[in-house]
Amino acid sequence: MSAHEDTHAHEDHGHHHKETFVTKYIFSQDHKMIARQYLITGTIMGVIGVFMSMMFRIQLAWPEKPNVLFEAFLGKWAPNGVMDADIYLALVTIHGTIMVFFVLTAGLSGTFSNLLIPLQIGARDMASGFLNMVSYWLFFLSSVIMVISLFVQAGPAAAGWTVYPPLSALPMAQGGSGMGMTLWLVSMAIFIASSLLGSLNYIVTVINLRTKGMSMTRLPLTIWAFFVTAIIGVISFPVLLSAALLLIMDRSFGTSFFLSDIFIQGEVLHYQGGSPVLFEHLFWFLGHPEVYIVLLPALGITSEVIATNSRKPIFGYRAMVASILAIAFLSTIVWGHHMFVSGMNPFLGSVFTFTTLLIAIPSAVKAFNYITTLWKGNLQMNPAMLFSIGLVSTFITGGLTGIILGDSALDINVHDTYFVVAHFHLVMGISALYGMFAGIYHWFPRMFGRMLNKNLGYIHFWVTAICAYGVFFPMHFIGMAGLPRRYYTNSNFPLFDDLANVNVIITLFALVGGVFQLVFLWNFFSSMFYGKKAEQNPWRSNTLEWTAPVEHIHGNWPGEIPHVYRWSYDYSKPGHDEDFVPQNIPLKEGEEELQH
Amino acid sequence: MTALLTILVLVFILVAIWQMVKIFDLAQAKVENSQIATDNDNRINGYLMISFLAFIYIITIVSFVKWGDLPLLSNSASEHGPQIDNLMIISLTIIFIVQTVTQFLLHYFAFKYKGEKGRKALFFADNNKLETIWTIIPVIVLAGLIIYGLSTWINIMGVDESDDPLVVELYAQQFNWKARYAGEDNTLGKANVRLIDFDRANILGLDEADPNAQDDVITTELHLPVGKPVLFKMRSQDVLHSAYMPHFRAQMNCVPGMITQFGFTPTVTTAEMRLTPEMTDKVVNINNIRVEKSKELIANGEPALDRYEFDYLLLCNKICGKSHYNMQMKIIVETQEEYNAWMKEQKVFKNSLIN
Ligand code: HEM
Ligand SMILES: [Cu+2]
Ligand SMILES: [Cu+2]
Repeated sequence: MSAHEDTHAHEDHGHHHKETFVTKYIFSQDHKMIARQYLITGTIMGVIGVFMSMMFRIQLAWPEKPNVLFEAFLGKWAPNGVMDADIYLALVTIHGTIMVFFVLTAGLSGTFSNLLIPLQIGARDMASGFLNMVSYWLFFLSSVIMVISLFVQAGPAAAGWTVYPPLSALPMAQGGSGMGMTLWLVSMAIFIASSLLGSLNYIVTVINLRTKGMSMTRLPLTIWAFFVTAIIGVISFPVLLSAALLLIMDRSFGTSFFLSDIFIQGEVLHYQGGSPVLFEHLFWFLGHPEVYIVLLPALGITSEVIATNSRKPIFGYRAMVASILAIAFLSTIVWGHHMFVSGMNPFLGSVFTFTTLLIAIPSAVKAFNYITTLWKGNLQMNPAMLFSIGLVSTFITGGLTGIILGDSALDINVHDTYFVVAHFHLVMGISALYGMFAGIYHWFPRMFGRMLNKNLGYIHFWVTAICAYGVFFPMHFIGMAGLPRRYYTNSNFPLFDDLANVNVIITLFALVGGVFQLVFLWNFFSSMFYGKKAEQNPWRSNTLEWTAPVEHIHGNWPGEIPHVYRWSYDYSKPGHDEDFVPQNIPLKEGEEELQH
Repeated sequence: MTALLTILVLVFILVAIWQMVKIFDLAQAKVENSQIATDNDNRINGYLMISFLAFIYIITIVSFVKWGDLPLLSNSASEHGPQIDNLMIISLTIIFIVQTVTQFLLHYFAFKYKGEKGRKALFFADNNKLETIWTIIPVIVLAGLIIYGLSTWINIMGVDESDDPLVVELYAQQFNWKARYAGEDNTLGKANVRLIDFDRANILGLDEADPNAQDDVITTELHLPVGKPVLFKMRSQDVLHSAYMPHFRAQMNCVPGMITQFGFTPTVTTAEMRLTPEMTDKVVNINNIRVEKSKELIANGEPALDRYEFDYLLLCNKICGKSHYNMQMKIIVETQEEYNAWMKEQKVFKNSLIN
């Protein structure tokens, strides 16, 4: 690979200025440091979120049994070590919120958009390093508030991650709807501000700061994915912010946007004329695009990892870009599929069924293109590659059941059952998590200058892969048997007694899977300090980030920024000795650039 | 306790694995300390890919065999039920086929093309024909599903007033259900939660002055005559709830401040359903499980569980607070005569008020 070694003179380019500990590690404006900050904060939140899921899974498998874990972690919420029904709902709610927003939105996009956008398009940094820093610190603040909300007197928010009013609006409806919900809303409002600052920065950077030769059609698919994700975020997050603000008004200032005709605990409330259905529309106008905000970056990472490790160009680059755009567009007009039985006009339901099932088309194209990329490749089974293949597998399994849920007639009977839990965990949760892991294994050398241990990576992948299917596959079946989600226990329905053993199996897989994430954490933190030193381009990859020196420097490249002469997928191109040709290598004489 | 033990065992397994990895690393150290996949890694993981494919197939088969006897796929008890079930079976079949084929291709390719030093991959970046094919195929399949799905949906959601449905209100509150029958005139009296008056036992907030309200009947069990269309009007007094009647393939949210509706025709009485072979098997199975559990309970000095007998149920399926998991109402489908006899015993609204 030395043939392609960057030969720029290693002189100072004037971007260096003295850095103190504070400006380097804390209030850093360098995108690589901010990426690491996002990653580590996201990881810590992930540990909390996964731990919560293990606790409520234990309750579901052995309902209302005392457990030392509950006693140790839940305190007054587990009298005699038995989990309380209120805290069950709180755990589910905060688990969902943390996983979707804090881990797979901020942790995933925040880390990899920040790390890769400047490095892969050939920019010295983000368009605004300052806004980038503010974005991270707002995210940090919102994480802290969310964690603090776990400790309030009446309990954390417990109305589900969708926080539908009136449940979320009335403290007398549920303990968690008091101070806990206030903090939840404040935390989310700050989170949204952070996300918007980040997204605007990503968009501007991609549009303005591409290096010479980096046309839009030469962009790696990672950048396309981050770019479009940022656009969806800018379009949809403000709507959630408005929903949150209106909910705060209803809760604290007596307005009636979402509330009407309520009689609770022996008294009539003053609210009149509002509608909870309005909130559902506002929430899902973000909520559905949100699943693509979570998923698209993971797919972008997968495109890069699969192409590099297959030593083949990604199949159908143009179709991949087109399907990202199609998914992004369609994702903003399908939100109503969460509301087929909300009381919304059935005709609207028909329209949403139509748009929803359309999304299956670009999704199918993506899946087929990944599979074709593997065909006749020379697959390097690095841990990142395994997670990417795993992503395609869970994306297919989870995506297919979307055909059932998106079909309004069928949704009548599986809406809000465990079928939904199975579906969205596979297609969004697990897929995006795999994408995040793939990204970490692939770019760890770029982030920390050291390699992760591959054998630990293999163990991590295979156990996680088995457990993910072990947990979520059977859930389809208890859902189809009619078991509603967000139930503290199923034992009040003898009807479901024959499903109790399924719940035990699911929980065992969940516990094993959860505990094995420790293998990853160990690998991650120990390799950061003791891992093998990374070479400059360990995966023999084409993209620009691998032309920058291993040691992080402010401004990314010591000399001039490399120019780009080709797309990023010239792997195994005939006429070249090596099986990769980095983007900064000029075309040979007579060599044609692929017409894409 | 069980959970703690499990966790302990897991921790030990982890330690063991860690040791193994160390040994593995040390053994390899001399050859090369590379953290990049070697041909050997490619081979091992290639085989694991194929094994994983087998695992996916096995878990699919086991799930279908063990838990595939779903009330959702058979045993529907409403007129539109079989339509949903058919659509479900068709969709599941398509999904099953696509899943089997694509997972095979994915994992098989991962196995077949595992990397070897010196081999060069095929430079294959585009093929319009292929891409057109796999855009068109989903388009056709989905077009079929959309048309079938939407005609089913419109059929179910469209209420035909001409066949004179029995009008029943389902009233939700934290954490129970009430039913209100429209009485002789089959017209529900006006109601609003602002009119609730516990002192007069006007618990659903009916308008006492409305003539249509006088003959309304409020109950805590839902009785339905078999074969007669019912139109449910849903109301909630506090937070969102959802009236979920899985055996009838019916569900609609109950929204405070708004009346929602859902209609269906029950086709199988509770007594008939209890006698179907699938249901008797299921009930026997559940009772065996309950007997086992009771033994454990009795050993701990707790009361045994009751015998289970099948009944249709109305469940709450929208998170509504602490006891969401226990918000249910029994549904009894019976013959018209039985229904009439039951209805006769109920008090009409005007007679149930306390003066
Ligand atoms: C360790 C792996 C995980 C396990 C065992 C797990 C388990 C569960 C279960 C059983 C529920 C439903 C509980 C109920 O409805 O009563 C749930 C809810 C949820 N989970 Fe997970 N989960 C895991 C990881 C994830 C990931 C990676 C995501 C990221 C998207 C995620 C997002 C959610 C969301 C959004 C909910 C819905 C919360 C709500 O109902 O308000 N989970 N999880
Ligand atoms: Cu959606
Ligand atoms: Cu309820």
